[in-house]
Amino acid sequence: MAEYDLPDNLIYNETDEWARVEGKRVLVGVTDYAQQQLGDVVFVELPDPGTSVEKGDPFGVIESVKAVSDLYAPVSGEVVDVNRDLADHPEQVNEDCYGDGWMIAIAPGDASELEGRMDSAAYAKHCEERKE
Amino acid sequence: MSNSQRTGIEALGHATRGLAWEEPLLFERSRPGAVGYSQDPLDVPAVEASDVLPADWLRDDIPELPELSEVEVVRHFTRISTWNYAVDLGLYPLGSCTMKYNPKLNEQVARLPGFAASHPMQPAALSQGMLELMARLETFLAEISGMDRVSLQPAAGAQGELAGIMMIRAYHEHRGDRRSQVLIPDSAHGTNPASAALNGYECVPVPTGPDGMLHPEAVAERMTPEVAGLMITNPNTLGLFEQHIARLCEIVHAGGGLIYCDGANLNAMLGVTRPGDQGVDVMHFNLHKTFSTPHGGGGPGSGPVGVKNILAPFLPTPLVRKTGEDEGAGYRLDYELPLSIGRLHGNLGNVAMLVRAFAYIRSLGPDGLRRCAEMAVLNANYLKTRLAKSFHVPYEGRVMHECVLSDQGLEDTGVTTLDVAKRLIDYGYHPPTIYFPLVVHGALMIEPTESESLEGLDRFAEALLAIAREAREDPALLHGAPHYTPRSRLDETRAARRPVLRWQPDSSS
Amino acid sequence: MRYIPHTEAEVGRMLEAIGVASMADLFASVPAELQLERPLEIPAAGSEQRVLGEMQALAERNAHADRFAWFLGAGTYPHFSPSTVDAMASRAEFYTAYTPYQPEISQGTLQAVFEWQTMICGLTGLDVANASMYDGASAAAEAALMALRVTRRNKVVVSSGLHPHYRDVLGTYVSGLGTELLDVEREADGRTAPLASRVDDETACVVLQNPAFLGAVEDVAAAAEAAHAHGALLVVVVSEALSLGLLRAPGDLSADIVCGEAQSFGLPMAFGGPHLGFLATRQKLVRQIPGRLVGETSDSEGRRGFVLTLSTREQHIRRERATSNICTNQGLCLLMATVYLSLLGRRGLGGLAKANLAKAEYAKARVRETPGLSLPCAAPGFNEFVVGLPGPADAALARAHGAGIVAGLDLAPYAPDLGPALLVCTTERVSRQDVDRLLAILAEAA
Repeated sequence: MAEYDLPDNLIYNETDEWARVEGKRVLVGVTDYAQQQLGDVVFVELPDPGTSVEKGDPFGVIESVKAVSDLYAPVSGEVVDVNRDLADHPEQVNEDCYGDGWMIAIAPGDASELEGRMDSAAYAKHCEERKE
Repeated sequence: MSNSQRTGIEALGHATRGLAWEEPLLFERSRPGAVGYSQDPLDVPAVEASDVLPADWLRDDIPELPELSEVEVVRHFTRISTWNYAVDLGLYPLGSCTMKYNPKLNEQVARLPGFAASHPMQPAALSQGMLELMARLETFLAEISGMDRVSLQPAAGAQGELAGIMMIRAYHEHRGDRRSQVLIPDSAHGTNPASAALNGYECVPVPTGPDGMLHPEAVAERMTPEVAGLMITNPNTLGLFEQHIARLCEIVHAGGGLIYCDGANLNAMLGVTRPGDQGVDVMHFNLHKTFSTPHGGGGPGSGPVGVKNILAPFLPTPLVRKTGEDEGAGYRLDYELPLSIGRLHGNLGNVAMLVRAFAYIRSLGPDGLRRCAEMAVLNANYLKTRLAKSFHVPYEGRVMHECVLSDQGLEDTGVTTLDVAKRLIDYGYHPPTIYFPLVVHGALMIEPTESESLEGLDRFAEALLAIAREAREDPALLHGAPHYTPRSRLDETRAARRPVLRWQPDSSS
Repeated sequence: MRYIPHTEAEVGRMLEAIGVASMADLFASVPAELQLERPLEIPAAGSEQRVLGEMQALAERNAHADRFAWFLGAGTYPHFSPSTVDAMASRAEFYTAYTPYQPEISQGTLQAVFEWQTMICGLTGLDVANASMYDGASAAAEAALMALRVTRRNKVVVSSGLHPHYRDVLGTYVSGLGTELLDVEREADGRTAPLASRVDDETACVVLQNPAFLGAVEDVAAAAEAAHAHGALLVVVVSEALSLGLLRAPGDLSADIVCGEAQSFGLPMAFGGPHLGFLATRQKLVRQIPGRLVGETSDSEGRRGFVLTLSTREQHIRRERATSNICTNQGLCLLMATVYLSLLGRRGLGGLAKANLAKAEYAKARVRETPGLSLPCAAPGFNEFVVGLPGPADAALARAHGAGIVAGLDLAPYAPDLGPALLVCTTERVSRQDVDRLLAILAEAA
């Protein structure tokens, strides 16, 4: 049995974000591996809609009780939606990281940036390597 | 007593386990009309504040303050004080914190009115005793560290560190040499990168070698003309003396950089070796660690900063200076330091802590200070020897003032470093520093200091060894620890997710 | 050495257990060429009796407020402190404990901090207060740094009423960040010149001390309006915390950050430290606040308890991106202030503040009727004011000293435009007779 839930239909960042293409938007959150590593998430700092983000640059911050990590954009574009519920319910990241725990939606400038990126198998390997 | 019996008694706010009390917040004890203060009768005409100042700039009530008698205030604080662990109750082995005994004489002298009721801006002619004490303490610290000059101004180690990095920056800028990076070992305290960042420096991490020490090659390959300096902690946070320190300093100096030493662990070097002789250009002292001033529940500290002569022009002002016969022999404050980084403290520093440290150094003398280092190192090595059989020791070799263990080897029990630490509380000890340094997984960083006797160390070691056995036999006991404290484990996640940072009348649960 | 428990026999047994032959072997990891081959050149150890005697002799060579009539304030105030304050601070459970990292055995410190935070919120009219800063000066500097982070701007408008030492510390703290500091001058009445024209869209904050260094009470609401018109924050700095017992809470007047020095709340002057910085702000800025915070939570049995919280802001986790490099709080100092405020309480603090105001108003009335003396700054104040002198201030200070009076601060280095003048402070500890004696001495021509 897998230690981490890593759905097949997602694109994965080396920095532990996932991306899911939904029509013209790309939904972004953190992986099950990331939320397990962090432990209880207590705060997520997200940009305002309308902000431009660059692929590979930080767009926000996620905090647990004793750790803090940057969140990196998987694709360049404009933030078109933000999960406001996380302000009051950061625990949704732990409870449902691929659903209610989503963070932002990006309208990508160039969707081809998402081609050739890590799939779930490659990302699973990436997680295993870091356990050493 | 069963749990349900105990809960019932606690709910009534009565003693729970003999001499242990529940105590509400001050605000919940407040009773309208109670007073705890007697004001002197007014000997001048009373004034209506609104005759002096606009009425809408005034307040006539502060409902957030409680109303209590003196007796109630005394009982409140005395009761909550009994919920604290303290050095005067027992071994407090927090690594890197040097929780040594705080002598009572120091407390008495700090309260002498000539120190406690004197004012930082009173004329120097009325402050000669204080200024002499400060000038002499400066020479004591310079001799102990091998530095040339010392500023007593920084209020804590982190502020001394900030001053140190500012002086390094000022030194380079004065030479027209703007540099952008500082080298920081990966085992360093978090204040190091935070202080560097406040100076606009980029922090370049230097990895610790497999033996737990910093290696010349690792520094040499990062030492570029952009590097302003190296911040080093010696002995380092693994308790190891940086054996290559002299070579490291040479490499950095050859590249035009300077060396900052975090003095957190100076206790192990007193009278044995001096940072100034090792090649260090600037360092801070933690008077609340090395020189026995009390930690006070988190402060006040005191963090004087010492420098070699090349950095002396950049010291914070004012400095205490001895005056010549022509000015009337004595001491005065000197503001004439044109290249100074400026002022760091609203006044002259945490002077009452300087008074305590002065009394401490006078009480120990050169032999006593060296004895501190020797016994602190003896104690740390003794504990390491006794504990190595049951706990993993990530770095071999003699340690200085502290030893670092890890939870490796306990994984199969499901017991973590946190569980071991919490169980130690049940045995009557404050836990060591845990999960630091970051380079050791599940670290337990133990600094016994010289204040602990052999018998005390044996009892502490036996407690840890018993816990190691319990981890195998009854891990649940550890997961649930501590069991006998006024509060069991607290929900830190809840505190951080929905912060409640003050009492409000309707928030009472 | 009485602080070190080891006997020689025990040392021998311990060396043997470790497996080394001698103390020198224990230090073998220190390269021989770095070992100090001589004793430290500091005085030989003194007995307890001797050290106490030496310290008493040093202490006796300082003037102090228990012996002199004391009119010197300027950021450090000689208020009366009830015996209970020091008695509580002398409990070893408080003063020999460290930062409450282990909450189960630190509830005493944690509860006191939570009570302190609550009191500061009430006094400042804001939502969150930290567990303290080093002193008023560094609190003001940290408040400005916080405003730079929040607004992502790099200019600070500073009232000249800010304590000159605080202004210096602010300058030191931002020296590595390229921040522009714009100083706003003092008007003839002692208040800060209007701020609206000095604030622009690059301004991170306006820093306004109230009461100002020379004693004038400022128009906080107007300053807030000037700052907010350009999206800047208003930082109100309070160096005489007792004024908060009389003046409306700055937060109620739209200040965004209120910080300052709480030494007045029962702490000894102690030649300048340790004192007690405080810092409070609005809920929405809580993640940018520097320093420790204590929060309420519950334990595994559902009982209320307190913990250090929101630690991810701090240097031990966020390292170079922390909100500050601070890791101490002034724990014992805030304990003293919390004890002091619970003794004075809801009614007593205002009553004491009014007594300070009454002494100042009496003194000012006497100055007005004393030939040779003047009040060069006309704006109303709290317990501190400028007295213009007929002759040099240093000579006046010396005459007063001869009469057992510390008369105030010579303003020559701080406000030379005022001519010979002293900054005079009247707390509850000076009597009417003290005031009359002081003014008679100051009025003497040089």
